[in-house]
Amino acid sequence: MRAALEAKRRHADVALISKVHPVRSHSVAAQGGINAPLSAGDSWESHAFDTVKGSDYLGDQDAIEFLSREAAQAVVDLENMGVAFHRGPEGKLAPRNFGGASQARTYFVGAITGHAILHVMFEQLLKAGVKIYEEWFVTHLAIEGGFAAGLVAQEMLTGKFHLIRAKAIILCTGGCGRVYEPSTNALICTGDGMSLAWRAGAPLMDMEMVQYHPTTLANNGALMTEGARGDGAQLRNALGDRFMIKYAPNKIDLASRDVVSRAAQTEIDAGRGVDDGLGGKTCVYLDCTHLDRDFILERLGEIYELALQFANVDITRQPCPVRPGMHYQMGGIKTDLDGATRIPGLYAAGECACVSVHGGNRLGANSLLDTVIFGHRAGAHAAEFARQVDFRPLSEGVVMESERRAQAVLSRPANGESIAKIRLDLGRTMHQHAGVWREVKGLQTALNTLYTLKERYQKAPVQDKGKVFNTNLVFHWELGYMLDSAETILLSAIHRTESRGAHYRTDYPERDDQRWLKHILVGYRPDGAPTIEYLPVTLTRWKPEPRVY
Amino acid sequence: MQVTYRIKRFDPEVDKTPRFQDFTLQVGENDSVLDGMIKIREEQDGSLALRCSCRAAICGSCAMRVNGEPRLMCKTRIRDAAPEGLVKVEPMGNLPVVKDLVVDMGPFWQKVRAVKPWLEPPAAKPEREYLAPNEAMREVVGVVACIMCGACVSDCTVWEVDPNFLGPAALAKAYRFVADPRNTDNDERLKSLTEYTGIWDCTHCFYCVQACPKDVAPMERILALRREAIKHGYTDHNGVRHSDSFAQSVKDSGSLNEGRLAVETQGYLNLPALIGLAPVGLRALKAGKMPSPLHHKRPGASQVKRIFNELEKEEKTT
Repeated sequence: MRAALEAKRRHADVALISKVHPVRSHSVAAQGGINAPLSAGDSWESHAFDTVKGSDYLGDQDAIEFLSREAAQAVVDLENMGVAFHRGPEGKLAPRNFGGASQARTYFVGAITGHAILHVMFEQLLKAGVKIYEEWFVTHLAIEGGFAAGLVAQEMLTGKFHLIRAKAIILCTGGCGRVYEPSTNALICTGDGMSLAWRAGAPLMDMEMVQYHPTTLANNGALMTEGARGDGAQLRNALGDRFMIKYAPNKIDLASRDVVSRAAQTEIDAGRGVDDGLGGKTCVYLDCTHLDRDFILERLGEIYELALQFANVDITRQPCPVRPGMHYQMGGIKTDLDGATRIPGLYAAGECACVSVHGGNRLGANSLLDTVIFGHRAGAHAAEFARQVDFRPLSEGVVMESERRAQAVLSRPANGESIAKIRLDLGRTMHQHAGVWREVKGLQTALNTLYTLKERYQKAPVQDKGKVFNTNLVFHWELGYMLDSAETILLSAIHRTESRGAHYRTDYPERDDQRWLKHILVGYRPDGAPTIEYLPVTLTRWKPEPRVY
Repeated sequence: MQVTYRIKRFDPEVDKTPRFQDFTLQVGENDSVLDGMIKIREEQDGSLALRCSCRAAICGSCAMRVNGEPRLMCKTRIRDAAPEGLVKVEPMGNLPVVKDLVVDMGPFWQKVRAVKPWLEPPAAKPEREYLAPNEAMREVVGVVACIMCGACVSDCTVWEVDPNFLGPAALAKAYRFVADPRNTDNDERLKSLTEYTGIWDCTHCFYCVQACPKDVAPMERILALRREAIKHGYTDHNGVRHSDSFAQSVKDSGSLNEGRLAVETQGYLNLPALIGLAPVGLRALKAGKMPSPLHHKRPGASQVKRIFNELEKEEKTT
């Protein structure tokens, strides 16, 4: 929405196409806040360095510098547009602490920061008069003569396929978290844009970098914000020990997420886990009980509710069992600083894109920032690009192609294996072999499984044969996208024979800057195995150092 | 535990009228009603249509009627909803059904758009943020918490009889801007909200307060808007006269003088409206429901008056 708004402000004719109503988008679930070096004594350099270090030196430093330099203005812009950020005594913006940060620079609205920002973005779209096509599902990205030319989308209300011509297209389709089971991600996070761009010829970068968030609920994978630890909550194992002291003596509970997740998983694997409420000991405690109840209710009200609902735990009185869970995809469609992909006219921003500012591990509260900074940037650049080019000729044939594919799926007999079963097998396989710990045998097993899943997918039917609001068919499209994302994750993970950021190879436990201070890009080939390509990491002022928290 | 879902189905391409269908399944102890719905969709009937996404009560997709009450399905535990092993799920009310549990949210969003749902900040942009007290931000965040799920609209008793009513969600949204110290066009907003379809059309039935899964309490926000509108001088309205007359009559006599209320709501000088009341009066007379023209003071009325006086004093000083 930030991209659409910016393009509109620059007088482009903008349509926003979304498979859900815009305020249902998954940014709505971002809890803790948004980073900006706004307070006295903070600097963009400090924010940038924390981000570089958090990325385990895989983030491109020119992009990170840009992110940090623009952050303060971006957060002020959001405030000016109406976001009701938490204030300090003089009515000025006041931050909270967050993981991996050398000082408090996370601006927030309770534990609903993403929600608060997303709704303001929607308000601004209405104010600006951007045309919104909600519940339109994109089935095809059309490239003509090497340029982005338009797309085909299915209107869910009627089942009708439409052709939308465009001079520029910006993909802001979010992550692919549902590739994993469990995941904190919403059911809509199925990597649609990643797959669409990939198949259109834009490579995916850093896909092996999949973040596990240290504190998710066992029952349904729901996220318990890092803001809890920012506000003083502590992690404890079954013995009651604050185990993070051992793993990160300086930052303790506020080390970066990959570090905390590995530490928690190590404790759990060593038998020091606590009851998960599902019959296992797969959790550790997130302990807020020493914090004031009113303080918790004001600043962490949302997770108080979540824990009460889904774990039956009152966090103001009891420690809450949590475990590491898949949360964020650092990788995505490779773009430059303008959000441009390698296909002229095709842009990407947000979690579906990889600039790369997050590298091997994203810092908490940098994702909302990424979306607004590079959304803004992509919107501006795409508007400019559109002014300079003409529409590409595009035939209605591409619509018929989508219709034909839909018909082929609909006409399969309804009694085959369900897509839900394939998706579950995919998620469990990815979690087991491409989660916190990885090694070549497991990854290879997962890849072999993936190829059989792709075959099964080709035969999977849908039970709903109708046109109106056929979510069954939508899930079918989505599963196809997810299988692509999963393939690129596994290929990259097998390829990177070192441990860096969120990618931890038990068979290669050390970071290897000699060989692997570089990005892995996976390209699509219609008639063969995907291609692998490397790009050097852009280093500006920070040389790789050992990473200690 | 085993549970049966009784789900209202409607496929516009096949069915003439909605029908109920039962599904029996195993669910976990802390599972939400939504978890069960997803299980049904995945394991029993892929054609079941519903909206859902985040599973964590923040995206606002999955409001439906659970056992007749509007609920966010992901925030409702099965064991609470089906203590006897049966849970009934139907689409929200007051919005047209598209298919199964999916309703057309068009009218809902149309109302939200109608209240100009964006901040109008001061023209002079500060170098950094606008200053605002945290207390005011907390008040605003109480409404920002709205996830636009539509549960309040589902059971709004005014919307049911007059779909032109802006409704609880849109009016709460309007309050979010009026309450924001950074907003500059409150006067204009309050003026337009005083018109037909606005704040005075709410009958304070409390259903929206009960329905809201995020404790936004839309009706309370509507009442706050009324107070603001009166402060801004928008008092030429039946609703204002009605509430003034109500209060004055209780203050004077310790109880409600219904005859006086009917007349004062229209205004003593509003002859056409008063004449319009005549048929109602006649019907009331016939049915023996006409309030007595002699309205007596209740015992202890002077005590009631004292309470009013004290409160009015207090209001003046604050």
